[in-house]
Amino acid sequence: MLNVQICVGSSCHLKGSREIVELMQNEVEKCGLENEIELSGSFCTGRCNRVGVTITVNDKVFTGITVENFREFWNENILKALDAKGADQR
Amino acid sequence: MRRIFDTKVQHLKYKVLREVARMAWADNLNETTVLDIPGIIVPGKIPTMRCCVYKERAIVTERVKLAMGGDKSNPNVIEVIDIACDECPAAGYEVTDSCRGCLAHRCEDACKRGAISFDHNHVAHIDKSKCVECGACAKVCPYTAIVNRKRPCQNACKIKAISINEDNAASIDNDKCIACGACVYQCPFGAINDKSFILDVIDLIKRSEGNSKYKMYAVVAPSISSQFTYAKLGQVITGLKKMGFHTVIEAALGADMVAYEESKELAEKGFLTSSCCPAFVDYIRKSFPELAPYISHNLSPMATISKYIKDTDSESRIVFIGPCTAKKAEVLQESVSPYVDAAITFEELQALFDSIDLEITELEEGVLDNASYFGRIFARCGGLADAVAQGLKERGITDFELKPVSCDGIEACRAALLKKSKNVLDANFIEGMACIGGCIGGAGCLTHGEKNKAEVDKYGKQAYEKTITAAISVLK
Repeated sequence: MLNVQICVGSSCHLKGSREIVELMQNEVEKCGLENEIELSGSFCTGRCNRVGVTITVNDKVFTGITVENFREFWNENILKALDAKGADQR
Repeated sequence: MRRIFDTKVQHLKYKVLREVARMAWADNLNETTVLDIPGIIVPGKIPTMRCCVYKERAIVTERVKLAMGGDKSNPNVIEVIDIACDECPAAGYEVTDSCRGCLAHRCEDACKRGAISFDHNHVAHIDKSKCVECGACAKVCPYTAIVNRKRPCQNACKIKAISINEDNAASIDNDKCIACGACVYQCPFGAINDKSFILDVIDLIKRSEGNSKYKMYAVVAPSISSQFTYAKLGQVITGLKKMGFHTVIEAALGADMVAYEESKELAEKGFLTSSCCPAFVDYIRKSFPELAPYISHNLSPMATISKYIKDTDSESRIVFIGPCTAKKAEVLQESVSPYVDAAITFEELQALFDSIDLEITELEEGVLDNASYFGRIFARCGGLADAVAQGLKERGITDFELKPVSCDGIEACRAALLKKSKNVLDANFIEGMACIGGCIGGAGCLTHGEKNKAEVDKYGKQAYEKTITAAISVLK
């Protein structure tokens, strides 16, 4: 299970965390990953960025996620992390 | 000096809190140093408040005890300082020497109990064995010669939890008291006070070692928008972080979560009373126990958001900052204490800022934005009912017609609960707010101005999210 926390603290919220939450929820649903990814909100991780939203995947913090670079983030840090985990289990 | 508080009583309380906090920050609060505080607050030999400086200092000593948490053997968070109680006259309605002995005798006609008689000078007298203190005579006297000598504390306490003890001082019945703080704010001598938990907050901040041992979260009530008006809200947020909080979160986000859940619970059960105002909930439990099953099962917005924070960060420490003295009692309850570590008021926050000489008007503006318009307007009467209506709409529940009654103040709550207990209430949702105006009338507010409701509405409209679902999208 991949634990994905999207920051909904004031700073990230104003930079569009809701849009990111929506994109993430849609993507999880589309790929049928409901049992692989646990999606939740978090509050300030103390890494407020000038642009974009902070997302914590397991214990790793990523900053600056925007609607524009979401696809790249999803492919690089979510799908690959899932693949790596899958490989471990095999 | 800028005017921060409504009354000098609040200012005195604040000065005591500030001195206690100063010593605590400096690790210098002990049995010896604490004895210096009365002399710091009441210097010199000329009394300014009471008969002599010695009595003034003795009372300050009692205030120091309250600032440090008060009497541990008394479970109530509201306490009477016996020696500060001025033993106000408590005779009820009395005819004063303004009575001119007129011919009309409207007072006599107005009295349904026949309690008014006249002496040989035609001056009115009230027979106390007949009088029921209804006040009808006072209303009709053209010379306003009849006054009500009711104690301000008893007048403030609409649920009649205050009586007068054998020493003629005010006494609180803990079985009735709901800790709303109305008496605290209304006592002109400052003889009734809420216990303070600022020392717990200072201790939590210190032991967090700059948020490295654990993170400190401040959960602030939406009524903050009508407070600290001498500065910008964003500066208050920055001030909290400078004082040692990792981040600041709106209790209003908890309100969004509550509104969303409560609308569902309401549609399922068909009748509910709100659970946001701890004094209202306590009032139902203590005075209308037969209606207790109707209390919404949702935790309050404060507890709901705090639970969420603890779920995501189990090491977190959470301090609620609001206008409310009853919240102090709520966080001591078993169902809430695991989530909220301490509750303080805006009054106490002002004292904490000043105890570290933090001038918030000089700070840059931080941001505070988690909740929707609807979560934010919980702070004023009627807001909760609006939010529940919105919750029903956003959930697409159309087969349930919301009929709310928004009770402004505990007397209105009482009226609605009485009707419900007799099954004659034409409503299916009671929004109960113990304070007049809602939370913005709370006893722990710095000010209680006319403009406060408008400030809360303005703050609500500034919310980035316009719907409840949007604000809680990931939290559901």
